[in-house]
Amino acid sequence: MIYDIEFETLPREALAAIQLRRLKATLDRVYATVPFYRSRFEAAGITPNDIRSFEDFQNLPFTTKQDLRDNYPFGMFAVPMDNVVRIHASSGTTGKPTVVGYTARDINTWAELMARSLTAGGATRKDIIHNAYGYGLFTGGLGAHYGAEKLGASVIPVSGGNTKRQVVIMRDFGPTILTSTPSYALHLAEVAEEMGVSFGTLKFRYGIFGAEPWSEQMRQEIERKLHLTAVDIYGLSEVIGPGVAIECHEAQSGLHIFEDHFIPEIINPITGKVLPYGETGELVFTSITKEAFPVIRYRTRDITSLNPEPCICGRTLLRMNKISGRTDDMLIIRGVNVFPSQIESVLMEIEGIEPHYQLIVDREDNLDTLAVHVEISERNFSDEVKVLQQLEKKISYSIKEYLGVSARVKLVEPKTIARSEGKAVRVIDNRKI
Amino acid sequence: MRVKQISVFLENKAGRLSEVTAILAEAQINIRALSVADTSDFGVLRLIVNDNQKALEALKNNGFSVGVTDVVAVEVADRPGGLHQILDLLHKAKINVEYMYAFVQQNGNHAVMIFRFDHIDEAVKLLEQNGLTVIDGAKVYTM
Repeated sequence: MIYDIEFETLPREALAAIQLRRLKATLDRVYATVPFYRSRFEAAGITPNDIRSFEDFQNLPFTTKQDLRDNYPFGMFAVPMDNVVRIHASSGTTGKPTVVGYTARDINTWAELMARSLTAGGATRKDIIHNAYGYGLFTGGLGAHYGAEKLGASVIPVSGGNTKRQVVIMRDFGPTILTSTPSYALHLAEVAEEMGVSFGTLKFRYGIFGAEPWSEQMRQEIERKLHLTAVDIYGLSEVIGPGVAIECHEAQSGLHIFEDHFIPEIINPITGKVLPYGETGELVFTSITKEAFPVIRYRTRDITSLNPEPCICGRTLLRMNKISGRTDDMLIIRGVNVFPSQIESVLMEIEGIEPHYQLIVDREDNLDTLAVHVEISERNFSDEVKVLQQLEKKISYSIKEYLGVSARVKLVEPKTIARSEGKAVRVIDNRKI
Repeated sequence: MRVKQISVFLENKAGRLSEVTAILAEAQINIRALSVADTSDFGVLRLIVNDNQKALEALKNNGFSVGVTDVVAVEVADRPGGLHQILDLLHKAKINVEYMYAFVQQNGNHAVMIFRFDHIDEAVKLLEQNGLTVIDGAKVYTM
């Protein structure tokens, strides 16, 4: 099924014409209303009138996460606050999160895109959607919720957590579509099994999973354990939230990007050069219909490639491959964004800690775990075990306090954290994604 | 009256303790007493040796985190209740024993215990006032 048969199956030339028109309108608007974009364009010696083609468009400067932080909280908004009806913010980071805003029309656009996504993932208005994405500042919960209502399905706004109650709801309400992070889906399966509830007896048909990277192997495991067809959904709050791209359940092979709203590019993350279809690089998005928070050539730091081949589902939209990595060292641990540098700042605030640490990320029982190894130094070494244990607890508490993520802290001997070419290896990610 | 104790941070890894003993053997250092306190992740090795300076250098040169702590060596009557007498005294005086361990060698007819106190001066004074023998560091290293 295709939700918006016109826009999801446009001939490529017609789509390109729409994109260019919408792009120009967006550029005019940000130039006029967002001082950041105006000064960036001026610094590059470009005015919106200079952009007449996609080639011209490639001369525009990129926008980065740091730019958004620098304009915290509302500096990137392109409309007065009077017209902003919703605010979301990125999760888990210290200092300045990324704040995004939506006009009423943006909310409607987003709901449309999520309705398209749910439909591509197998949902219809007859379905009952168990929405286990977190509701709140995170875009996952409300994004899927509005899409489900737009589609006309019945949505259960169960949000994250309280897993046993979720299993009871799944058993008693008979939802047919599951929306959650892939790791939480597997956790649900385990808890259900412990409670003696078999997914085989539940009514799920499709699952739409995203907000963290996951592999083909994980898809197979989810499909086997949850007895449903699993598809991948992609989005980020800076661009709109979930619903930027969706895998169709027919092909389960790459995610269709809603190009009538977002222009994707793949660039070489070092040179910034635009790469042709099929080549792997950093994904960049430009929003061309958003009002409150448009982004121009926003660098997502996600690594993937674009596939222009026609799809069996009938959509003419480009497909992006599953995300294979990131250009920065950001870790997503149980949905919380964690940068090694943030852990470092926490450690440095604790008396006597040397900046020698390592983060070991693993996935146990389908939940991400973070271990922080910290080298002991003469300054914080003690002959008393309890003092050392207190130090471990103190570090663990500070990380939880500042970053919102639980970490198991382990003190290790000096010089035991591998240093390659004089530079410490900060992160060991053992998760099989 | 104080005895210098060397402590070493050790990860719970196979063979780690024997690396320490190898380094000390290489440096011709005699271990007089030893104890290990451990958790699931790490341990703290505590040593009384015959040459503190040499032992510290050897261990530091091999990349270990090493500390020096003052502890007290006390003669304990080698009979039932010998240790209890001491602990009871300390308890009544509200002096905490952070940890303690036994010395390998006897001093005459007495066993020797190593104590780590929270208030070392008060502890030594209390013990001596009650007729107990606190052994001098120099003697302990070569006992």
